[in-house]
Amino acid sequence: MSETTTSSSRAYRAARGTSASRALHVRARDVRLRGWLFVLPALAAYGLFVLWPLVQSFKYSLYRWDGVAAAQWVGLDNFKTVFSDHELLGAVEHAFELIVFFSGIPVVLGLVVAGVMRRVASRRISSVAQAVLFLPQVVPLVAAGIAWSWVLSTSGVVNQTLSAIGLGGVTRAWLGDFGTALPAVGVIGAWVLLGLCTVLLLAGMSKIDPALYEAAQLDGAGPVREFLSITLPSLRQEIGVCVTVTVIAALSAFDIVYISTRGGPGDATMVPGLKIYQLAFFNREVGLASALAVVLMVLVLLCILPIQWLTRRGEES
Amino acid sequence: VIIARRNVWSGGALLLLLMGVTLLPFASMFTTALHQSGTYPQGLDWPSDPHWGNFVKAFHVANMGTIFKSSVLIVLAVVPVAVVIATMAGFALGQLRIHGGRPLFLLFLLGLTLPFEGVIVPLYYEIRNMGLLNTRWAIILPLIGLFMPFAVFWMRAHFLNMPHEISEAARVDGATTWQLFWRIHVPLAGPAVSSLGILMTVWTWNQFLLAIVLVDDPTKRTMAGALGAFQGQWGTDIPLLSAGSLLILTPTIIVFVVFQRHFVSALLQGSLKG
Repeated sequence: MSETTTSSSRAYRAARGTSASRALHVRARDVRLRGWLFVLPALAAYGLFVLWPLVQSFKYSLYRWDGVAAAQWVGLDNFKTVFSDHELLGAVEHAFELIVFFSGIPVVLGLVVAGVMRRVASRRISSVAQAVLFLPQVVPLVAAGIAWSWVLSTSGVVNQTLSAIGLGGVTRAWLGDFGTALPAVGVIGAWVLLGLCTVLLLAGMSKIDPALYEAAQLDGAGPVREFLSITLPSLRQEIGVCVTVTVIAALSAFDIVYISTRGGPGDATMVPGLKIYQLAFFNREVGLASALAVVLMVLVLLCILPIQWLTRRGEES
Repeated sequence: VIIARRNVWSGGALLLLLMGVTLLPFASMFTTALHQSGTYPQGLDWPSDPHWGNFVKAFHVANMGTIFKSSVLIVLAVVPVAVVIATMAGFALGQLRIHGGRPLFLLFLLGLTLPFEGVIVPLYYEIRNMGLLNTRWAIILPLIGLFMPFAVFWMRAHFLNMPHEISEAARVDGATTWQLFWRIHVPLAGPAVSSLGILMTVWTWNQFLLAIVLVDDPTKRTMAGALGAFQGQWGTDIPLLSAGSLLILTPTIIVFVVFQRHFVSALLQGSLKG
């Protein structure tokens, strides 16, 4: 391939020097139009399977429809239901509670771990640790859900460990208990996302100018002070990315919940994604499912835009 | 010096602990997979007589050969097409600077935050009307569309960073846009394209929601979708389920280990630019 490149660039150089500038001018307009042909296939795929369904979601949300009979216009009734039905509101609430686990733990712990990797661990250990912590990001979430269901089950490793250290009293089916099911799902999410955040934050830390730390040390700043006034502000963008990615993962959680609890016990771990699926494909309430989908998408945007705005201010987009 | 050494030890201990927690579910699944199928072993317990045959049994009852082939077919249909059309679009948006490119790019960007659940319901009816339900096309076509926001964004970022002089020189020498793209820019886009390809391969392999909604027959699904069906059917036989899960996640780990450097840096750049 490189052969073609060099031979053709030689050809170009040989042919150069004619009335190039006028030809260029004419062609520039031509090119800009023809450029659209290059975008067209991608735009078609995106339009057909994302934008069009997206518009349809908004449309469906204004109807009552069982997927078979004629749809019936109901205006904003479905949205009223979403905001008054405590089962649906509960699902939205759970999604926000999951943010604590999906975003909070990976970002805070990620900062600590990245700091440790950077300052105290040897290079070998830290690169092995990075690869291992990143692993959950690669395997199917379904497999992660199955593995954790087993780890958190009555005879799983968690209870086995608790019994071994004399805490047999607190053992339980963690995903089947009303009080612990949602946090247990959250822990699975934290496990999936910790590695991604750690690696991201570590990459950010390696870009910080060491001279800043030297200056701080000369001024007598301790590790805490250093962290607060140098590390944290320098990582603004990376933290923004971590929070963005993990908040989207929390609000749109589906695979893990579907596999590990199916929303149970009761509705203790019901989340919007799973509720949309159940409403549309089992309860035949396509309109209501679509209204919930619209609410979910708007919520994601409402959470993401301020984060992006806060962390990217004053930067070239 | 003493404090520093203590820090090293406690830092190392923290890393070891976290690695342990990360690997724990895999380890538990592995030891469980070696127990007699149908039994309820303890979470982490090496059996006295390992039943390696469970992996063979899981392979057969889950129809793993067929599922594997199905997933490979889906990946082979999705990834090359998605890479090519995203590269073309990225080239137009990043190098050609077409009219209306900015709003067009923002339109693609909108899709980056979109949860798949937001479009899955209308997608079901759209695919039904096309008569494609329960075929692999039901996963392939929507997935190409759903990958576009990230893929276009990714390739645009690559083409933005390519010096414009390359294009200008080729222009002066009379290259058409098509030649400029295929003969100059595509050969230079190798690293960006291969990272994108690896990411999309794993994402396709792991795709679950589209598979369970649009395709009923597990043998026409992706690996993750088939695993969902396998859990539904064999969920009570923990050793067999563990063995099946391990078989299904192993290819992703192999891809990760082989392409680790590529993979991590791809995800990093991808999310940072995002």
